[in-house]
Amino acid sequence: MSLGTETRAGWGFVAPALLWTTAFFVAPFLVMAAMSLATLEGRSLVWGLHLDNYARLFSQGYLLRAVAVSLEITVTVTLVSVLLAYPLAWIIAFHVPKRWQRLALLLTILPFWTSYVVRSYAWLLVLAREGVVNDTLLALGLIAEPLTLANTRFATVTGFVHFFVMLLTLTIYANLVQLSPNYARAARDLGASGLQTFRHVILPLTLPGIVTGAFLTFVLCIGDYITPQILGGNNELTVPQVIMVQLGRRADFPLASALSLMLMGIVTLAYLACARWLRLDRL
Amino acid sequence: MRALPWLALALAFAFIYLPVGTLVLFSFQDGRVPVPPFTGPTLDWYAAVLADDDLMEALLNSLVVAVGSSALACALGFLAAYGLARHALPASGLMRGLLIAPMTVSYLIVGLGLLIVLNRLGVGVSLWTAGLGHAVINLPLCFAIVFASMGAQQHNAERAARDLGADEVRVIVLVTVPMLAPALLAAFFLSMTLSWDEFIIAFLLTRFDVTLPVEIWSLLRSGLSPKTNAVGSLVFLVSVAVVLAAELIVFGRRRR
Repeated sequence: MSLGTETRAGWGFVAPALLWTTAFFVAPFLVMAAMSLATLEGRSLVWGLHLDNYARLFSQGYLLRAVAVSLEITVTVTLVSVLLAYPLAWIIAFHVPKRWQRLALLLTILPFWTSYVVRSYAWLLVLAREGVVNDTLLALGLIAEPLTLANTRFATVTGFVHFFVMLLTLTIYANLVQLSPNYARAARDLGASGLQTFRHVILPLTLPGIVTGAFLTFVLCIGDYITPQILGGNNELTVPQVIMVQLGRRADFPLASALSLMLMGIVTLAYLACARWLRLDRL
Repeated sequence: MRALPWLALALAFAFIYLPVGTLVLFSFQDGRVPVPPFTGPTLDWYAAVLADDDLMEALLNSLVVAVGSSALACALGFLAAYGLARHALPASGLMRGLLIAPMTVSYLIVGLGLLIVLNRLGVGVSLWTAGLGHAVINLPLCFAIVFASMGAQQHNAERAARDLGADEVRVIVLVTVPMLAPALLAAFFLSMTLSWDEFIIAFLLTRFDVTLPVEIWSLLRSGLSPKTNAVGSLVFLVSVAVVLAAELIVFGRRRR
């Protein structure tokens, strides 16, 4: 068997997928990068090496504001989701009897399978002025006037947290059940209290799982258009929403491209910040 | 104190099921707005959904796009996985990285890049371009799943077939594909569910014929309506049925 023909045959198998990815992912990405350096003069596109669009990101208030809004929402969502998912995963892993754990997990992620657009709509329904939450609170006499819950940042964060709690519970649970109970036992034998055992033994051991889940949450949350668009109202816009506005009303593709690349930059920074703990290969 | 974890669990499930429960309950609302008080039940809104030609067409479009793009992604992913696992190629690490790369970029950016190129080339957007976009995002997934399940066991069977005189095409068709069938099916169904539910790429890359999530999106513009609840409940019901069936078939068999 000569290596030459073997290699050529191998190329034949890999080539279609490589060509596909190059033509429809790499090339469009490069065109988008070039587009971010072009400018609009009137309605016509002028190619070149302008940094105008990037300068606008810092000089125009509403763009900078969108970046801040996106970051605030994403960080809040990531923290709240982890803080809710960890105890939930803990209860399922250590309090629910072994034979019911599979069922408990299945129940936890079942609403995951509602359509993505519909899930946000369902929260709109729950949080509406005449919705279930206001109706219940009014009936209980806890409030006198219905609260404005829908079309606020609170609604966006709630919709996101709901989605990511399901995802994170799954990843953190997988982490917790992999832990050998011997670690906790050893810590107890050495005189650690329950809290000390958690803080110095369990938490560090589950940190890679938490960070991996949190990173995924961050990436998916900051790039999402649907949830803030349906639930957030129009008082404040996130970066993906601004990108869509540029594409739709103004057809400002250069600015939309620059914003997209900046979004990728933020994700890359987040990746570098937690690369130490990330175990993406073990997902 | 012993009851505390169970109380927390109950609260967590209440939070998780609040939107789904509300969605399904008010799909049976006998009235024009899906908010309390609940009046019903009625199946009128389900009848309205089934009678809505736009929705039914969108559903069919979604199905076609999901099946087509997943089949293509699986075929390309399988061939690449086979080539990289069974042939010694230079720069194979680089090629694996390139094939996985679309997974690391948000869908909005993948869609925007394709939209710009299609605009430049003067190609109009349609279900074809949406399917193309979905094949781009699903290829890394299919490749990774199939590549991860290519083990020594298949390789030995392939070698045996080779020694017995089969050429490479016959080996692939008669040995590799049947042995990898579970991984191929898993990749196919996973990418189908992702394509079925994908919004932003389908939104950017379609115009007149749209997929179901895009059609539901345009329903939302007319405000809250029990009809949207009914569509959402139907989609949820179908997805749950598929998940439970997969759970029973795949895991039920494994347990035995």
